[in-house]
Amino acid sequence: MPDITALIAEDEPLLALALQTELQRQWPELRLLATVGDGLSAVRQALQLRPDVLFLDIRMPGQSGIEAAAELAEQWPTGAGAPPFPALVFVTAYDQYAVQAFEAQAVDYVLKPVQGARLLKTVQRVQQVLAGRQPSAPQPQAVPTDLLEPALAQLRQLLAAQIGQHGAEPATGAVQAPAPSAGGLKVIQASLSGGNSIRLVPIEEVVYFEAADKYVRVLTDTQEYLIRTPLKELIAQLDTQVFWQIHRGTLVRASAIDTVTRDEAGKLRISLRGRAERLGVSRLYAHLFKAM
Amino acid sequence: MKPDLLHTTRHFVQVLAFSLVISAVQYVFKPDRPYEVPLVYSLSIGICTWFITDMGRFVVGVDPMTAWPRGWRGPALVAFGMVTGYTVGTLLSDYWFGWSSWRSLQPRDLRSSLIVTVIAGVVISSYFYLQGKSMTLQRRMKVAESQATEAQLRLLLTQLEPHMLFNTLANLRVLVGIDPARAQHMLDHLIAYLRATLSASRATEHGLQAEFDRLRDYLALMEVRMGPRLSYTLTLPDALRQASVPPLLLQPLVENSIRHGLEPKVEGGHITVQAQSLPGADGAPAVLQITVSDTGVGLRSDAPAPPAVPHQTPHQTPDLGRGFGLTQVRERLRTLYGPQASLSLQHGPGGGTVVLLRYALQTLPESPTTHRLADTAEHA
Repeated sequence: MPDITALIAEDEPLLALALQTELQRQWPELRLLATVGDGLSAVRQALQLRPDVLFLDIRMPGQSGIEAAAELAEQWPTGAGAPPFPALVFVTAYDQYAVQAFEAQAVDYVLKPVQGARLLKTVQRVQQVLAGRQPSAPQPQAVPTDLLEPALAQLRQLLAAQIGQHGAEPATGAVQAPAPSAGGLKVIQASLSGGNSIRLVPIEEVVYFEAADKYVRVLTDTQEYLIRTPLKELIAQLDTQVFWQIHRGTLVRASAIDTVTRDEAGKLRISLRGRAERLGVSRLYAHLFKAM
Repeated sequence: MKPDLLHTTRHFVQVLAFSLVISAVQYVFKPDRPYEVPLVYSLSIGICTWFITDMGRFVVGVDPMTAWPRGWRGPALVAFGMVTGYTVGTLLSDYWFGWSSWRSLQPRDLRSSLIVTVIAGVVISSYFYLQGKSMTLQRRMKVAESQATEAQLRLLLTQLEPHMLFNTLANLRVLVGIDPARAQHMLDHLIAYLRATLSASRATEHGLQAEFDRLRDYLALMEVRMGPRLSYTLTLPDALRQASVPPLLLQPLVENSIRHGLEPKVEGGHITVQAQSLPGADGAPAVLQITVSDTGVGLRSDAPAPPAVPHQTPHQTPDLGRGFGLTQVRERLRTLYGPQASLSLQHGPGGGTVVLLRYALQTLPESPTTHRLADTAEHA
């Protein structure tokens, strides 16, 4: 059996060192591939190095640990011969909301300062999971339990919990307005070019929202507007039965979706009534589309 | 306010006991009548009067302070309760015994029983009134106390951001093992930071030198944690060392710069805190200007931040966002230095954020040892 490998994503150098030292003590066979200091490198390195275990700090520059995990799950190769998705362990100093969510989703996590006994428990759990993933006696029909599907379900819940916690700190900073009750938004106020006037767009006319850099594009049957309210805040103010999130940056009116098709690469794409473009569905949200 | 079962039952039992006492007293004065007579009369009059008065409160509407109707309505209700209770109670008792008090009894007896009702009614109503009032007051005091405690706790939580504290402790734990000297150094900064945070609410102002020292403690802690991702410059002209500043006024601004500016940015950045005095316009007193700028990710939108954020009312941001810190700083400035004091938030020239504070320059009496004395007092 090949070595079990790990990747640590932690922005504070001393804490990365501490985790590394403690891991060596509790799990000497574990081979550390690399340590990265931000959420973007975490995804890049994980895709390249394909570790078996991924330790992710929650609060990191670039993107949060949860966001990084979601992006990794999105980009992880699938299909025959694809490498197994790594076991995820989140690391946090003090995030009561995150810890609650981890508990609820049975996600592995360790608290900083990392303490030996607690880390050993996590290590044992991860070892169990990995053992289940790689059956020791190879059987021709045996399909190794893949961790990607359960990880997707957990991450979906974690991201939803993040949106649900009003007033709690946003994972990567930025001013966050308190979210009014769900479904409260009736009109989108979009400033027109020139910035001197504002167009009021009734929410009923919106076909989809799409995040674009600093803005969010608001698309109706015929028009396109730009607003500055981040998608995260919009989601909190919209009825999730009416608007479905199908991608990290896309929010679509469910009744405007015409068909969903799977392309050669296995990716889901939707076509819309009233608009010509086709939108990609993220793996995280693929569960929304199942024939009744 | 609605009647609740517990209180009503308690009142009912108390009325029963009181009526039994009255009937006993009446029996003592007139032992020739069977005990049943005063017992039935006082019970039925007592219960009727109580029922009308106690329930009547909620029909008339009560003052939440005392749980009684406001002003003249209170006594009027008691009077009405007594008259009606006396009449109905007497009729009920007459029905029980099968006679009519109005016809058979002499006016003297009627008068005495009416007087007993009035005295009993006044006594027991006053008793209930006072009891209700003291209970309500006690409850309100409890609520007020817990609110005050919660406000204090919230403030402390904002100042002692738990995430920062635990991360610092985690760093310390590592350093103790690998570099005890540096661990000690970090611990010293943490101690100074904690002492300053916990005692900040006790003083209303101190010198800029002391304020900058506290910033240095905080930044030194953050420097250990963030490594090369954080660098900083603090500039304080000698002339402004004793300029008055509310304790830890600048702290939330620097925390914001780190938290919302540098932490999200992969390569980190630089923080500059600078104090300078500006000549007042037209012979007005000089103005102190403090600038806190960073080279972080900057404000979210292109417009000046606070007005551009929809739905953003500072009071609705209970947690630790940039909004709360700024509101707190702005309010403290306004309270201490009046409407001329200002705080503005701008985009940095090369990205990042600049916070400008301006208020009338006041210099504290020259006594450079004040703070050291205060510090030693703290140690004692």
